[in-house]
Amino acid sequence: MADIFDVYLAEAVISGILLGGVLALLALGLNLIFGVIEVTWICYAELIMLGMYALYYFYSVYGLPMWVAAPACILVVAVLGLLLHYIVIAPLLDAAPINQLLATGGVLFFLQSFATVAFGIDFRNLGIRLPVLALGEMHFSYARLLAFGAALAGMVVVYLFMTRTYIGTAIRAISQDRQIMALMGVDTKRLYLVTSAIGGALAGLAACLLVLQYAVHPFVGLSFGPITFLICVLGGLGNFIGGFVAAFLFAQIISLGGLYSDLEWGYVLAFAFFIVMMFIRPAGLLARRS
Amino acid sequence: MNPRHLVYWAVAAALIGLPAVYSQPYHLHVLVLILIWSFAYTSWSVMGRFGLVSLGHGGFMGVGAYVTALLWNHLGLSPWIGIPIALVCAGALALVVAYPCFRFRITGHYFALVTLALSGIVLQIITATRDYTGGSLGYTPERTKGSVFTALQFVEKETWYLIALAVWAGGIAIWFWIDRSMIRYAMEAISEDEDAAAAAGINVTAEKLKITVLSAVMTALAGALYCQYQMFISPDTVSGIAVSLQMVFAAVVGGIYVALGPTVGAIITILLAEMLRIGFGTKAVGWDNLVYGVLLVVFIIFLPKGILGSLLERMKSSSKR
Repeated sequence: MADIFDVYLAEAVISGILLGGVLALLALGLNLIFGVIEVTWICYAELIMLGMYALYYFYSVYGLPMWVAAPACILVVAVLGLLLHYIVIAPLLDAAPINQLLATGGVLFFLQSFATVAFGIDFRNLGIRLPVLALGEMHFSYARLLAFGAALAGMVVVYLFMTRTYIGTAIRAISQDRQIMALMGVDTKRLYLVTSAIGGALAGLAACLLVLQYAVHPFVGLSFGPITFLICVLGGLGNFIGGFVAAFLFAQIISLGGLYSDLEWGYVLAFAFFIVMMFIRPAGLLARRS
Repeated sequence: MNPRHLVYWAVAAALIGLPAVYSQPYHLHVLVLILIWSFAYTSWSVMGRFGLVSLGHGGFMGVGAYVTALLWNHLGLSPWIGIPIALVCAGALALVVAYPCFRFRITGHYFALVTLALSGIVLQIITATRDYTGGSLGYTPERTKGSVFTALQFVEKETWYLIALAVWAGGIAIWFWIDRSMIRYAMEAISEDEDAAAAAGINVTAEKLKITVLSAVMTALAGALYCQYQMFISPDTVSGIAVSLQMVFAAVVGGIYVALGPTVGAIITILLAEMLRIGFGTKAVGWDNLVYGVLLVVFIIFLPKGILGSLLERMKSSSKR
């Protein structure tokens, strides 16, 4: 009995690591936007939902090959991120921060009902069956391995962009001091647009990876949106590394919690863990004690 | 007695006397809904007006509704006892989540995101315990075979109208009571600058907790009332992120800084939803939220004080001139 139990445990731990990769990607997008623009996109998960629909339509309905459909999907969501900033956030940049948050809440409402009206409430999936990798007695679908690998690759690309390019350096600088950067002759408006587009593109990448594993419906964002926000708060909003660590922690809790009972309880456990962590490390996981 | 008080008494008398004169069931039903939701929105703005933006009120409302219904169905506890228990549960939940937030200065964005997650989690719990709560299919309190009074299951819409009216008036009274109390000054100071407020001798954590627990308990009462009136609740109508955002939306549209603002917001949103429903029938599924979403964005950009708030301000500035 004991060794069978251990196989399940090992499978859950590895599944948790795989899930952590995707969650880290989600958290990275939100953290990037908060770090630079100091705005939280409450509707981030809904952008991903639209991306999932985009890939579904490109691939399953219009029959484009995957290597065209996936970049097109990423592009679509990047443009959506750009529009979101241009239409909603830009007019509110000088307003109270909470107004920006509420406005993106309005966008959440809008996108959800837009998807309901435009696509209906049916569950849709790509209908791709990727093979399952058997490792001893453990089973992992290639979809999850692919998602993990692509999420890591996406994060590396963002890291290189932020450290090796001029715009990336400017974005990092602006997240340290937004007043001074404008005086240094940096066009903050343009940088905000670039950041929004990158945030959107990350959401698009996440959408491509998620739609391989889950069916898409207008409310799919609600199943991973809240957990992404918890990860970002626990890691410290705008703190990339904190978000990365928190994502893997949460993924383990959800995965192991799901092993012993339903997946929903995994989420509840994660929330309980979050409350406890707030007492222990209130300023975020990686905050230094002052 | 000055003429202003006379107007108040006349309006109150008209509201109480309304069902005796006019009792078209559908219109009365819409009025009851408006009153219950107005109370919920007022509860939100009790803390929202001080910059404490909670997106977790859908969670508190769900606790109020589900605890009351579960106690009635499984233990046979009358809602007269069940509702106070539900209110205590919602208050305790608010305390558990809000205490670490306030103690460790989790404010603004952070607070909104934590509470947003809270309402998502309450929805998850209701769905996860589907053996008891019926999950996403919804839940119905059992019809009583005994007294409708002990079961709080009145059939006449007129009775419900009066109950909802009384609770709503209570909510407005609480709003004014806070408006005139020391809590208001303390909270306004805190929303300006927490450090300065603390230095001035305000117990920041305690004051914030008081207002949050009060707001959560009021919201739970609205949930319980909604459950007893509709006799059907589902996770999507009384809990979750959508309900939380709907509360914020209605309160913002009406105006969160004036007492009757949330009520105006409720009247506008519910009439809008009902009109869309009648005009387009089942085709309207999703359309009301589509309009809500656009309106919320437009209001926050162009009219952040809400309809009533901006109107009152204009009247005040024109009378000064």
